[in-house]
Amino acid sequence: MVSAMEIYQLLPQAACKECGYVSCMALAVALLSREKKLEDCPSLFDPKYADKLNKLKELLAPLEQASETGLIIHDEKCFGCANCVVACPVNVANDPTGSAIGLGPKSDKVILVIENGVVRCLNPNECRRFGPNRILCNACTATCPSKAIEFV
Amino acid sequence: MAVCTGCSLLCEDIEVALKTGAIEKAKNLCRKGQGHFQALFSDRTVPSVEGGETSLDQAIEKAANILMNAKDPLLYGWSNSSLEAQKVGIELAKKLEAKIDDTSSFCQGQLLERVLKGELPSCTLDDVRNFADVSVFWGADPSNSHPRHLSRFSYYPRGSKRQKGYEEERNCVVIDVRKSSTAKLCSDYFRIPPGGDAEFAEAIIAILDGKMPRFGDKKRMIGLASIFKKADFGAIFPGLGLVYSLVQKMEIFENLVARLNDVSNYKVVPMVGHYNMRGFNELMLDETGYINQISFKNGVHHGSENSVTMAAKSSDACLVVGSDPLSALPFVIARSLAKSQLVVIDPRRSLTTDAAKVVIPSAMSGLESGGKAVRMDGVRISFEPIFESNLLSDEEILTRIMEAI
Repeated sequence: MVSAMEIYQLLPQAACKECGYVSCMALAVALLSREKKLEDCPSLFDPKYADKLNKLKELLAPLEQASETGLIIHDEKCFGCANCVVACPVNVANDPTGSAIGLGPKSDKVILVIENGVVRCLNPNECRRFGPNRILCNACTATCPSKAIEFV
Repeated sequence: MAVCTGCSLLCEDIEVALKTGAIEKAKNLCRKGQGHFQALFSDRTVPSVEGGETSLDQAIEKAANILMNAKDPLLYGWSNSSLEAQKVGIELAKKLEAKIDDTSSFCQGQLLERVLKGELPSCTLDDVRNFADVSVFWGADPSNSHPRHLSRFSYYPRGSKRQKGYEEERNCVVIDVRKSSTAKLCSDYFRIPPGGDAEFAEAIIAILDGKMPRFGDKKRMIGLASIFKKADFGAIFPGLGLVYSLVQKMEIFENLVARLNDVSNYKVVPMVGHYNMRGFNELMLDETGYINQISFKNGVHHGSENSVTMAAKSSDACLVVGSDPLSALPFVIARSLAKSQLVVIDPRRSLTTDAAKVVIPSAMSGLESGGKAVRMDGVRISFEPIFESNLLSDEEILTRIMEAI
């Protein structure tokens, strides 16, 4: 997955502060967490940075598929094993008779379900990573055998 | 709710929404199960005799003729059929005085025979979910072979006595020749050289006996033995890697399990692949006292000469039910089978149906026909058809062949 350093290296690194941050590194972190967009950096649209801009667009393209919590699902890698569905602490709390004991989810409040052989994210607002007071829980990504899900 | 017959976990919580000629949405199906369900809509077989399309009645008549006139027929497959079809198959073998064998003779047969005869202690997968605190996958990679094994039973779910689940109360140990998908998830992974399973087992026995191990990293091996000793309830899931490595030295594994049961409580659940292989083995054990490799010629005879790998060379006709031995078996055996008069009952096209004299299409069990099957841990599961179909089930086809004979 993309790192803030990779984004920083493609930014102008001029510390112009036009984006509202004190440094380009801070902007790189904001771009990664999708709080800012490339358009917020006017210097980047200078023709001399055209190459870097194109590379940045390419680098940040996968982030557009991410949910509000930053979850990205790679359908082609998913086994549909449901490890993430059963391991997710919110699924366990909201669905004690279904996904908590290894069965298919029986509650509407679960975050992850398996549909058509691959994992789907249904209620991202229930996730511990949602909102400003998020907890960096990684139960779903840590239990994935094929790295089919990841957070940005 | 439907039952998935894609592997021997027989998941019962599948929800499928259908539209004409396709699956609109399937819930809780793993990738493998999804493929199994989608297979319904491609490469289906049609009744044929010697490559030419014919009617079902003619195909069944021809099949009966071939089997009736054969001097030494072999009936093979069975692991992908319901218990009802397997029962009729065994009756057919008796009537024809034929050899009968299934995929277990080169799969988990050795271990399953010991489990079914009570020589190895076993338990259900529900016991594993509720009580087990150590799960050992030995020469098995359930993430790929049985994708929902870890999430439904062996590692991630909360059980009645294991409420804290994998975070605190369960250990997963993988012993394998490569870092498999399951090994990446487990708490302890032990890499062994190919064929090193016997030495590994002996090393664990030595530590349990208070001796130093002569295999692998001593510190890690002693750590593993200590995990084994501290466990309240351990479940060992041996895969084909262990079976093929030990071959004739299976008593070493038996000794290890016996020794582990001296210090704690350990059960063995073989990682059966096909959805009803264990069902066939249980039926055969009740009927004959052996789980496979039987000849009904002049009584009941058991021996490796009746296994598909040996009988393929001597049999003049072979009935294959729900299996593709020409793809799965070594070339020399596959060639012998292809040269014999092959009758295949299969819902889908395969290399074996392409080489067959007679092909009889059947309904896919679990999807187009109902029945009962035995899960890998011995629990019997009933299933109903979820798709309407005019095709005959394996059981009906075999009954008609028997009537024709």
